[in-house]
Amino acid sequence: MINFEYIRASSVKAAVDALAKNPTGGFIAGGTNLIDLMKRGVTVPTRLIDINNLPLKEIEESKTGISIGALAINSEVAENELIKNNFPLLSMAFAAGASPQLRNMATVGGNMMQRTRCTYFYDTTMPCNKRQPGTGCGALNGYNRMHAIFGTSEKCIAVHPSDMCVALAALNATVEVSGIKGERKILFTDFHRLPGETPDKDNTLQKGEIITGVTIPFNSFNKNYYLKIRDRASYAFALISVAVALEIKDGIIKKASLAMGGVAHKPWRLTDAEKYLIGRPVDPGHFQKAAYLAMKGAKGYGQNNFKLKMVPIAINEALTKAIA
Amino acid sequence: MDKIIEQTDIDRVDGIQKVTGTAKYSAEYDFPGMVYGVLATSNITKGIINAIDTKAAENAPGVLAVITHLNCPELPGYKSTPEQDKLVPTKKGYKVFADNIIRFNGQPIAIVVADTFERATHAASLIKANYTKEKHNTDFDEAIKSGTPLEGNNFKEYVRGEANAWINAPVKIEAEYTMPIEVHLPMEIHGITVVWDGEDKVTLYEKTQSLSGTQRNIVRTFGLKEENVRIITQFIGGAFGSAFNTWPHSMAALIAGRKVGKPIKLMLTRNQMFNLVGYRPEAKQKLGLGASADGKLMGITHEAIAMTASYNEFTEGIVNGSRSLYECPNVNTTYKVFPLDLSQPTWMRGPGETTGAFALESAMDELAYALKMDPIEFRLKNYAETDLERKKPYSSKYLKECYELGAEKINWKERNPEPRSMKEGDWLIGYGTGSGIFSAWRGAAKAVAKLLPDGTMILQSGVTDMGPGTATAMTNLAAETMGLSHTKISFEMGDTNLPPGPMQGGSGTTSTLGTAVFAACENMKKKLAAMIKDNAVFHTEIVHEVKVEDLVFENGYMMLKTDKTKKISYAEVIKSAGLSELEISEDSKGNPMLNHSAFSYAVHFVKVKVHSKTGVIKIDRAVSAVDAGKIINNKTAESQIIGAVVGGIGMSLMEEGVIDHRYGRWVNNNFADYHVAVNADVPNIEVLFVDKPDPVLNPIGAKGMGEVGIVGFAAAVTNAIFHATGKRIREIPVTADKLI
Ligand SMILES: Cc1cc2nc3c(=O)[nH]c(=O)nc-3n(C[C@H](O)[C@H](O)[C@H](O)COP(=O)(O)OP(=O)(O)OC[C@H]3O[C@@H](n4cnc5c(N)ncnc54)[C@H](O)[C@@H]3O)c2cc1C
Repeated sequence: MINFEYIRASSVKAAVDALAKNPTGGFIAGGTNLIDLMKRGVTVPTRLIDINNLPLKEIEESKTGISIGALAINSEVAENELIKNNFPLLSMAFAAGASPQLRNMATVGGNMMQRTRCTYFYDTTMPCNKRQPGTGCGALNGYNRMHAIFGTSEKCIAVHPSDMCVALAALNATVEVSGIKGERKILFTDFHRLPGETPDKDNTLQKGEIITGVTIPFNSFNKNYYLKIRDRASYAFALISVAVALEIKDGIIKKASLAMGGVAHKPWRLTDAEKYLIGRPVDPGHFQKAAYLAMKGAKGYGQNNFKLKMVPIAINEALTKAIA
Repeated sequence: MDKIIEQTDIDRVDGIQKVTGTAKYSAEYDFPGMVYGVLATSNITKGIINAIDTKAAENAPGVLAVITHLNCPELPGYKSTPEQDKLVPTKKGYKVFADNIIRFNGQPIAIVVADTFERATHAASLIKANYTKEKHNTDFDEAIKSGTPLEGNNFKEYVRGEANAWINAPVKIEAEYTMPIEVHLPMEIHGITVVWDGEDKVTLYEKTQSLSGTQRNIVRTFGLKEENVRIITQFIGGAFGSAFNTWPHSMAALIAGRKVGKPIKLMLTRNQMFNLVGYRPEAKQKLGLGASADGKLMGITHEAIAMTASYNEFTEGIVNGSRSLYECPNVNTTYKVFPLDLSQPTWMRGPGETTGAFALESAMDELAYALKMDPIEFRLKNYAETDLERKKPYSSKYLKECYELGAEKINWKERNPEPRSMKEGDWLIGYGTGSGIFSAWRGAAKAVAKLLPDGTMILQSGVTDMGPGTATAMTNLAAETMGLSHTKISFEMGDTNLPPGPMQGGSGTTSTLGTAVFAACENMKKKLAAMIKDNAVFHTEIVHEVKVEDLVFENGYMMLKTDKTKKISYAEVIKSAGLSELEISEDSKGNPMLNHSAFSYAVHFVKVKVHSKTGVIKIDRAVSAVDAGKIINNKTAESQIIGAVVGGIGMSLMEEGVIDHRYGRWVNNNFADYHVAVNADVPNIEVLFVDKPDPVLNPIGAKGMGEVGIVGFAAAVTNAIFHATGKRIREIPVTADKLI
């Protein structure tokens, strides 16, 4: 382990300033991802800024929605009555993630910022463009069972591993961040990015910015479901996950919001499928068509080819479960 | 659990220590001046170390020593004899820091010793080696295609009757079954604490299943006197076969500890566990099975291919079960092993048989379907009444009872044999069965029993307990044999200073050590009886001198059978004889079983649910019926089978060691990526014992159970999946993607 400085920030401004003064530093929240990355030598911060004392743990209701502080703990958000009543999809997604122990430590901000679980990213002796740009992608012709089929590039086929983020993408959330230049808001669907030529950048957070919270607008979705397919019943990342939020009135789909996990470098919104479903009656045939439309541009890399077959099945099943 | 024979099942004698954290494991001993060893490992797979730069590590804060092949002291056991030099590489083995050859990725190239674990870890990361790489092969398929299998006596073909007779049978199947490397991942990571007393005397706190084996290895390597090498292993957090060898990290800690002259501790990391403590080898097996139209087996051909390390020939009995589980006149088996540039495999729970039974028991199911016969009925039709391989009768065999008990419990008769015929909502339901066989045996062991003037008894044996509850079972056995409350008995073990006990493995500990403990207790009773033979307490009109046959031993008292009011406590006898203790030392010889074959049996029944759309698999019920002879303690015995079944769930549905052959490196060497079953994957496991004593193997009637509990389980799962879905998956682990 390389020595590092450790400081505890007492305000958002202090945290931002502390990072500005030391650009090779980093924030630590629950530490469930960062500490592992440090142990493996993947991330080597020279200064750790502990943000756990910041007043960013609240879950608050406003006229238009509910805002969740960046330091709210995953398990607490999942069990919060406001969340369960208004956004059952989010509660379901949390419950499907990691293990109870991890959920008791993990924060909302940390969950968004967690890095990919790609094995080549974790092993510093192997090539990885995300960890070390220019070294190549180990997964492209290697072990890629868990990897992306949408929005990939020749530089990187890693996936974003979060469950929470898939639900937040479907729920049209907004991310609030704060930096030296002030505060700004980012649409959740614009927060994470595709790898393109610069897979080392997971998201659009600028250097020195901190996530302060996430706001989810109230919605009229009356059918929600989070389906996660994984290799064991708990404590496993998604092979594929599907978040479904539908508003159904008189047998007609009024609104549809669908997102997937385990298939792309970011939570993957299924816009074509959504467009297709809206205005159509609830009908298995339409679900199938929507699932088919969602596959546009999908590409397998060998071991993950099964996802090409499993994704439409999963979308179909999630839609079916949502309306059941 | 259904209990057939009434007996007391005591609680685990070390249960409270374990759950309260006071049980001490090998890496939990602390001594003044303790230092810490951390290994630096190679990141190439095959080649030569040209140069190794240890400067930065040596200069790092807190570092006391860095040892590599360049400065490793000459050890007596490292010198090879001219005969050893002539051996093929797979017989030569690998000795840590003995040379500059890299044989596998992750091989230790240095040990760093520092005053704290963190400093040692950091310094180890600073070591840089310069290598000449050679082309490696870690790919099993590639080796089968272009490599050469090992030769020698271990690879002789077995033929009984006619070879490949299945081909001419009216009903036949041929299929290939594959399984990946299964990694040893007990909860307790391998750790060792070494305390040298000068250069010639050492005490080790080591995770080992064999105290005397470890002692022997160290005596040999370091050229020490046996009495100067003491091994202590009080507790083991699971081993499953991974703690027989004295692994490179242990030798490294010994070498480093002697060099720095301080107590040293070394614990592997979880990812080092993947290549430093062995694993179950990858295997491909072809089964040809043929039967008459009415279901009599006419031929079994079992061809197995497995792998080993380039430096170590590891073989196991993969094809053995196929020779003796069923009555079949024509059986032939072949076994090939290819060396790879990987670290060496080793024994893993149900070694050999577990791999073999996956193939054989899957093939039996396939043939049962081809015959349109119930899989249990088919097995009963081919029930072996004698061991056709060895041409001997069985010492005992209650496999039939296992079929019956298990089938009854899971309600087998309600199963509609038609694949994909049973459903619960969105879930396809399947029932499957698979049987297991594992050798039962009895080796030599010493045990000492000491009765003290306060009426308590101490049992001693240099055995270790990797988790099954050996101390509990022995206490239970002694309590029953002696007629003494188990609370008055303590079992001392895990120390080479004690009388040499057996190794723990191969499901032989209870049979072996139990025999010695039983005999010690019986002799103790005789001795006690002799000491009071003319004691006035027992005088009646007809009895003046008591013999052991006249007495009952109950609750710490000898009582006259005919009049239980006439009694004397063991304590009284010893006290009045003025003894400080009464000691019996028992040297039990083992049983060569010249006239019988002995096996334990298990029959597993599994109910699976497979999601009709997504292919997600859930084990809904698991019932295992076991013939392990007499059960000494139902609680620890049941736990053994539960543990084995949990391992079986992992094996069939999730465990798969993956290596990127381009680099020869593990890609899932951690608990996030290498999946073992978690609680949510495990249903309530129902265990049934036939619980009938084996009359031949030993006087206590126990066979063995730790190994057999996993044998055949994977096939029960894949057979159930076939029944649920109509898809025959011949490659484990079975994951959802294989079922869509
Ligand atoms: C074995 C295992 C299994 C898991 N399985 C799952 C799973 O199935 N599904 C799932 O969704 N997740 C899973 N996780 C991941 C888990 O959800 C994340 O580790 C967790 O959410 C990270 O949160 P944290 O607060 O601990 O972050 P930390 O580890 O503290 O931080 C992670 C990163 O976020 C940055 N960061 C934290 N807070 C902020 C902030 N407010 N602003 C800016 N940057 C910030 C840190 O600097 C760091 O780079 C698993 C993790 C493990 C170890």
